[in-house]
Amino acid sequence: MAAPLSAGSRFSLVRSAGVRFAAVYAALLAASAAALALFLWWSTAGLLDRQTEAAIRADAQGLSERLADSGIRGLVATIADRLAGNVDDDAIYLLVDPAYKRIAGNLDHWPQTVVQLGAFYELPMHRAGMQSLAQVQAYILPGGFHLLIGRDVEVRSQLRHLLTDALLWALLIVFAMASIGAILVRSLFRNTLARVSATAGAIAAGDFTQRVQITGRGDEFDQLAEVLNDMLDRIGRLMEGVRQVSNAIAHDLRTPITRARTRLEDASLHAGTVPELRAAIDRATGDLDGIVAVFQALLRIAEIEAGSRRASFARVDIVPSLAGVAELYEAVAEDRGVTLSADLPDHLIVFGDAALIQQAVANLVDNAVKFSPLGGTATVSAQARPQGVEIVVTDRGPGIPTEERPKAPQRFYRGESARHTPGSGLGLSLVQAVAQLHGGTLVLEDAAPGLRAVLTVPVVEQGAKHA
Amino acid sequence: MRILVVEDDKDVAGFVVRGLKEVGHVVEHADNGRDGLFMAVSEVFDAIVLDRMLPGGIDGLKILETLRGQKNATPVLILSALADVNERVKGLKAGGDDYLTKPFAFAELLARVEALARRGKTEGPATKLVVEDLEMDLLSRQVRRAGKKIDLQPREFRLLEYLMRHAGQVVTRTMLLEGVWDYHFDPQTNVIDVHVSRLRQKVDKPFPVALIQTVRNAGYILRAEPI
Repeated sequence: MAAPLSAGSRFSLVRSAGVRFAAVYAALLAASAAALALFLWWSTAGLLDRQTEAAIRADAQGLSERLADSGIRGLVATIADRLAGNVDDDAIYLLVDPAYKRIAGNLDHWPQTVVQLGAFYELPMHRAGMQSLAQVQAYILPGGFHLLIGRDVEVRSQLRHLLTDALLWALLIVFAMASIGAILVRSLFRNTLARVSATAGAIAAGDFTQRVQITGRGDEFDQLAEVLNDMLDRIGRLMEGVRQVSNAIAHDLRTPITRARTRLEDASLHAGTVPELRAAIDRATGDLDGIVAVFQALLRIAEIEAGSRRASFARVDIVPSLAGVAELYEAVAEDRGVTLSADLPDHLIVFGDAALIQQAVANLVDNAVKFSPLGGTATVSAQARPQGVEIVVTDRGPGIPTEERPKAPQRFYRGESARHTPGSGLGLSLVQAVAQLHGGTLVLEDAAPGLRAVLTVPVVEQGAKHA
Repeated sequence: MRILVVEDDKDVAGFVVRGLKEVGHVVEHADNGRDGLFMAVSEVFDAIVLDRMLPGGIDGLKILETLRGQKNATPVLILSALADVNERVKGLKAGGDDYLTKPFAFAELLARVEALARRGKTEGPATKLVVEDLEMDLLSRQVRRAGKKIDLQPREFRLLEYLMRHAGQVVTRTMLLEGVWDYHFDPQTNVIDVHVSRLRQKVDKPFPVALIQTVRNAGYILRAEPI
């Protein structure tokens, strides 16, 4: 069972979707922060490193050309020149003879660690009384001379430290922010779900009037809430339907059952002759047949409302069915002094169940004929409209008062004016059910005088939203 | 006629068996699926009244499918409390010739069983139907009575045709609704009576003998002798 979310609920952290979302958020944030830091590192400290190496190489190139031009002496002069012209005081040169004795440059002696030629070394050194860091490269020159070219990289090293510190701090901040963000995401998630959860909980506890609150932001959660509310409304209507049927069975069927029972008992106690007994039994049988008919109508409506008939939907021409209904009732109408006229086109294609639509229209026509006054006119017409095929049945009878119209399709509802006509009060319920099954509508209007029933059936397949 | 009734409910079975015997049929009864199947395949009947839900592990549809599987074409009237359209379709698909839902009126059952049993006998495409002095030519779609031409609307023609094809048998209002109008629901109003009375105006009124007769609590019958 889904217990409503609440503080201190039994959800384990791993199984909580909120925690999962939060963790994903934190991981994403950390990953993007790390990527940014790496890039920053590469583009600052790394760039400086590469620049230094390039400068050393360029220096070496220049000095080697000098050596080729004017020998060791020229080289010594050039080194002195370069040192003199070095405004930043970051250049390091050292030229030694084969015995590693200093010839020129601003270093006292050859650093012991530098043994490999061509490789870059980073070494601490004392320069002008300050501890410093240098990046150097050693070269061997013709005649056993060695040359050391380097750059003071103390500033760069400081920058690197600064950067490292900054990134470490940033990491810490990112971690903190990820945690806070995660908590925020989780609580946001929870709060949003809490509305749904609270509603579901309340309904589970028996309060079916609860609906999921809609924030009005129109976001995905609002959409979800709307869908859920629609679903709840639909369930509510179905439950209401079931309740109505149970009530109807309890009340509306009790009367005819009582009548049948009374007749039988009365006959059993008081009938004096066989013909009397027979007549009483026949009447009771008639009553029971009436009850069975009501039951069948109820079951049929329930069957239609359940929607299983939708599986057999197809594109059908309903004109033959409608003409059949008109033809079937035309004789009855004439018998009652009512003119029933049909105004139908040659073809009308709908997506649905022709037999059900026929039955629905038969119910409407049955009503129209039943409630038409002597000499009145009832009409059946159908035509294609943008919203679907519109089947209209009109009579000139008493009609249904405006305030009763919404109630008319309810099961067993019988208007004041229908009290004294035969019928079960289920006819319009069936029409309504058929309309909803097809995703169409039944609208009752004032024909001034009389009733105009408009049954609209969509032409194309569609999910019956409110069916 | 020899009729097999397979029905487990004692009251319903007793009622049906007694009623069928009363009108002169020879009736066998089985109160479970096993016996029902055995009797249905081993003996020859003119019609079978078959309940769907039966004890004994073999239900009505199973019996029906077995029968049809053996090319046994005995007309079968399914009698069932399962009234859904889907159930009806299932029953007819399994090979049932007619489907009657419980509760039912005996007159309805009798009319349907007799119609089924006789249907098997009068096969062959007839071009002309004759009942007493009433003649119907199915090719030219003309109706004459005592040599006099009667003009009928297409639906009236089909109604009379149905009555003539079942001449001498009771046809119920639901049979007419299903057979002539192809309606499978019960209209609240007695629409059929009006149509029959219109037909009577044309077929019976101008003549001394009424052929279309009303059978109380049941339906109509087309024959010369009064009931």
